[in-house]
Amino acid sequence: MVEFALNHAWLVPLLPALAFVIIVFLTQRSAKLSSTVSIAAMLGSFVLASAIAVGVFTNHEFIEKSLVYSIPWFGMEGFTINVGVMLDPTSAMMLFMVTLVTSLIQIYSTGYMKDDPKYALFFSYLSLFGASMLGLVIASNLLQLFVMWELVGLCSYLLIGFYTFKVSAREAAKKAFMTTRIGDFGMLLGILFLQIKFGTLDLVELAAKIPMFEQFGVSLGLLTLIAILLFMGPVAKSGQFPLHVWLPDAMEGPTPVSALIHAATMVVAGVYLIGRTLFLYVEVPGAMTLIAIVGAFTALFAAAIAITQREIKRILAYSTVSQLGYMMLALGVGSLSASMFHLWTHAFFKALMFLAAGSVLHALHNRADVWDMGGLIRKMPITGWTFVVGGLAIAGIPPFAGFWSKDEILVVTMEYAKNGNGIGYLLFAMAAFTAFLTAFYMWRMIFLTFFGKEKAENHPHESPWSMTMPLIVLAIMASISGLIGTPWANIWGEWIHFGTPHHADPALGLMFLSVLLAVAGIGLAYVLYYKDGEKKTAQALAQKYQPLYKLSYNKFYIDEVYAWFTQRVVDASARLTYYFDIYFVDGIVNGLAAVTRGSGHGLRFLQTGRLQTYALVFFLAILVITIVLAFGPSDLASIMGGVK
Amino acid sequence: MNIDFSLITTEIVLAILGLATFTLGLIIPSNARKNLGNFALLGLIIVLGIAVYSWPHQGEILGGMYIVDNFSSFFKIVSLLAAILVTLGFRRYVVSNVGNYLEYYSTMIFATLGMIVMISAGDFITLYLGLELMTISFIVLVAFRSFDVKSLEAGIKYLLLAGMSSAVLLYGLSLVYGATGTILFTGVAQSISAGSGGLLLIVGLVMLIAGLGFKISAAPFHMWSPDVYEGAPTSVTAFLATGSKAASFAIVIRIFVGSFSGIQEHWVMLVAVLAALSMLIGNLVAIPQTNIKRMLAYSSVAQAGYIMVGIVAASQAGVKGVMFYSFIYVFATVGAFTVVASVYNKIKSDEIADYSGLSQRAPLAATTLLVCMLSMAGIPLLAGFVGKFYLFMAIADGYMWLVLLGLIMSMVSVYYYLRVALVMFRDDPEDPTPLRMGTSVNVTLLIALVVTVFLGVYPGPLSDIANTAAQSFFIP
Repeated sequence: MVEFALNHAWLVPLLPALAFVIIVFLTQRSAKLSSTVSIAAMLGSFVLASAIAVGVFTNHEFIEKSLVYSIPWFGMEGFTINVGVMLDPTSAMMLFMVTLVTSLIQIYSTGYMKDDPKYALFFSYLSLFGASMLGLVIASNLLQLFVMWELVGLCSYLLIGFYTFKVSAREAAKKAFMTTRIGDFGMLLGILFLQIKFGTLDLVELAAKIPMFEQFGVSLGLLTLIAILLFMGPVAKSGQFPLHVWLPDAMEGPTPVSALIHAATMVVAGVYLIGRTLFLYVEVPGAMTLIAIVGAFTALFAAAIAITQREIKRILAYSTVSQLGYMMLALGVGSLSASMFHLWTHAFFKALMFLAAGSVLHALHNRADVWDMGGLIRKMPITGWTFVVGGLAIAGIPPFAGFWSKDEILVVTMEYAKNGNGIGYLLFAMAAFTAFLTAFYMWRMIFLTFFGKEKAENHPHESPWSMTMPLIVLAIMASISGLIGTPWANIWGEWIHFGTPHHADPALGLMFLSVLLAVAGIGLAYVLYYKDGEKKTAQALAQKYQPLYKLSYNKFYIDEVYAWFTQRVVDASARLTYYFDIYFVDGIVNGLAAVTRGSGHGLRFLQTGRLQTYALVFFLAILVITIVLAFGPSDLASIMGGVK
Repeated sequence: MNIDFSLITTEIVLAILGLATFTLGLIIPSNARKNLGNFALLGLIIVLGIAVYSWPHQGEILGGMYIVDNFSSFFKIVSLLAAILVTLGFRRYVVSNVGNYLEYYSTMIFATLGMIVMISAGDFITLYLGLELMTISFIVLVAFRSFDVKSLEAGIKYLLLAGMSSAVLLYGLSLVYGATGTILFTGVAQSISAGSGGLLLIVGLVMLIAGLGFKISAAPFHMWSPDVYEGAPTSVTAFLATGSKAASFAIVIRIFVGSFSGIQEHWVMLVAVLAALSMLIGNLVAIPQTNIKRMLAYSSVAQAGYIMVGIVAASQAGVKGVMFYSFIYVFATVGAFTVVASVYNKIKSDEIADYSGLSQRAPLAATTLLVCMLSMAGIPLLAGFVGKFYLFMAIADGYMWLVLLGLIMSMVSVYYYLRVALVMFRDDPEDPTPLRMGTSVNVTLLIALVVTVFLGVYPGPLSDIANTAAQSFFIP
């Protein structure tokens, strides 16, 4: 089984792809059958992915050297592009995580999307997404990865705008697509540069060639440029400042989509890409520092927005942005292990919280403002308590998953600082403060939603088994998935690392600090939003620091700045080019089209239908050709383009 | 002389199949006639199996008069595939539209045999033998709907014009013989490199181009094709557009790239001009057509133009392009004509206007027609794009003007292809009842669809095979 899975890893993305085709072409009319096909395929992938994980993690050989196999996709002289599979601990972990979370979310969706008229279509999209995401994970070269990257973007677009009747959903879908397109453009340029300069896009070959970049006529400056261009893709896809604006709006999509695509899987593709190409970034310290700064800033910035938001999914969205910032920070300070560890734990607790939020919205018929909720834990115990588990995990309370991974990031950032990078102390301070804010806003939401007084107008009820079962599984994962990476027995670090595995001594002081920050955050939230039943202090604080409150509540006006820019600059230049286009360009094009059509009509009259004409043309042609060939200029051939 | 008959197993079995089908047609009870098609289909599939199986078995017989190599095997398989698809996809159409269809299948098999003989020809006599076997069979096939004036008219036109072109071809062959003193292709090449040439050879060359240009319907020798394509039974049109063209391209490559490579400077630019003309006339005149068969006829003239680009290159890359394109062209063209025939079977019309709302009445047919046409237009991710890419890449250095013309004309072709798509997908049908095409048609359409998409996404293997086969000409 393990051997089979390792050698047929391409089946993992292929199964959901087949499910997509089957649903679209065959079972679309039957909702039940469609979701069954979709879930069965994903579970099949999950089984394979588990076998792959077992195979990779138990075999020391694969931890040091990735298992790669590929077939030529297309090529021409001196240039071949392969499609292939690249299995190493990182991708094995991703395969396992993505298939597990996707299966759970698909099961959840059978309950959540139950009465949706486009139920079958929804599942076909989920399957397509699963296929593209898994294809991205196993890609062995950057072009293949880029194709899958665009496909997940397409699925994200389709699913954000799934409720096509909602204007806001359509707008959000457009926004997401266009914002990520900005990043993808840079990323494509970076990929092209790599192909031109190094003559390959194969990850293994690039890893071998890039450390010797000077031999390929690449200066450090150019390599930095390439690294930064490539980084633009992840900035957009993983919602880093300043291209994070699409991610909160993406919550317009159905909640399972938010959990799957915009929390657990697709948005971490950017982090994954940087992790995959870390061999490039370690050569260019400038780009690494940039990544670390962008990551730390995004983490803090998004957390600062999250503390004042009112909609439950929006808070979670900013929290996702913030946590992605953590992952980027970890990569920026050079720790693949810490970054992937946080990616791993975050996938579980964030998917858990989104699904629980979906369960709440389901019960309250889409009332999304946390101030309108309260006391829900009594009516919805499973949803409530699993959410609390998620809250403990993200806040960083041991032994829940988030504690270990966040602690790891703090440790590596501190080490980075101690290794003579002055900026490291600043980054550490930002990360630590974000940890405090995270605990605070998360528990603010939990106290407001699940505790306190019940609101009379709400009639909540617990969600069906299909929705609570995934919550329970994810809650278990959110509790225990961090235990494989504790500083005392860091199995994770043995498996997933860049360069030589790194053994940090348990930094008890830091651990104590991070627990203290988490407890302080939770405590503050407790005082402001639970103990004080009327929430007077909270309102008074908001009143007192109104400018700051407004700044945070309005997300630092980034959207407004972009809107102003689009209206003034983009629209104005668009208008200008529009006139140029309709009068000048269209004039030419329409003229050409008229000439083309006209010549078509004209030439038609040669076709008389009379045999004699045809014979005449036939013999005339022979005559003319013979005369030209026999008596024409002898250098005809070179005039026409020449004989090689 | 020792003859290794095992080399021509494919031909022998095919000939036996033709005779058997013919005999069976005479003795079969009238209520079982429908099964004649199944018999022919089964036989052709077996022959294809033999052809594929005997791929590695190569050699020459009769002192080089008959050549069996990778190149000829590839084109034989292409022709057989065309024959199989046409038999499979048009079974119903033949039963209800091709009057007395007793001899239909045997004639078709003989046409296929002609193609295969022609593809393997190693000298002018064998070439002419195969060519005439194919052409005469086609004359019969074109006029098969003897109760239909249009079909008869097409038959007469094809008879006279094909006869004329054969005469020109023969004259050309005799002139080449006169100039070089041999009828073997290899002998011609040797004689040319030894210095024979002159006006006699050039006039012969022009006659050859005219005669073979007629078969591949290259402009300006294409004028018969719209009339004949429109009038002939659609199944015959499909076969004429694929099998007969592929075989003719094979022999054009064998003669020109193989034998006449010594005097390239005389014919390369001529072929380039003819390719350009074919692209121009084919695409431009396709625009105003209202009958879909006529539109496809002009589009097939344009396709011939694209394929000729690979001959202009006269290199391994060019030959590989021609082979790849011929292969995918079979699927796209048979797919498109199968839709045309099955729609005709239901609504008795070939007018594009009557295709309105086809996407609602027969989604698979509409999708296949769209995909096949987009592939012919060269839209990426479909096989046609890859094919055009190989063809035009082969001439990118030297014939940039031809590449540009090809690109522009491909864009023009999108216009008239999408006009059909618009009618099928945007307009509502006058009569919304679903059209049931039958299993064999659906299977054919699916094959065409899958192959066209698959080879667009993953052209590697076929491209490798074509490349290996194309080597036959360039490794002495």
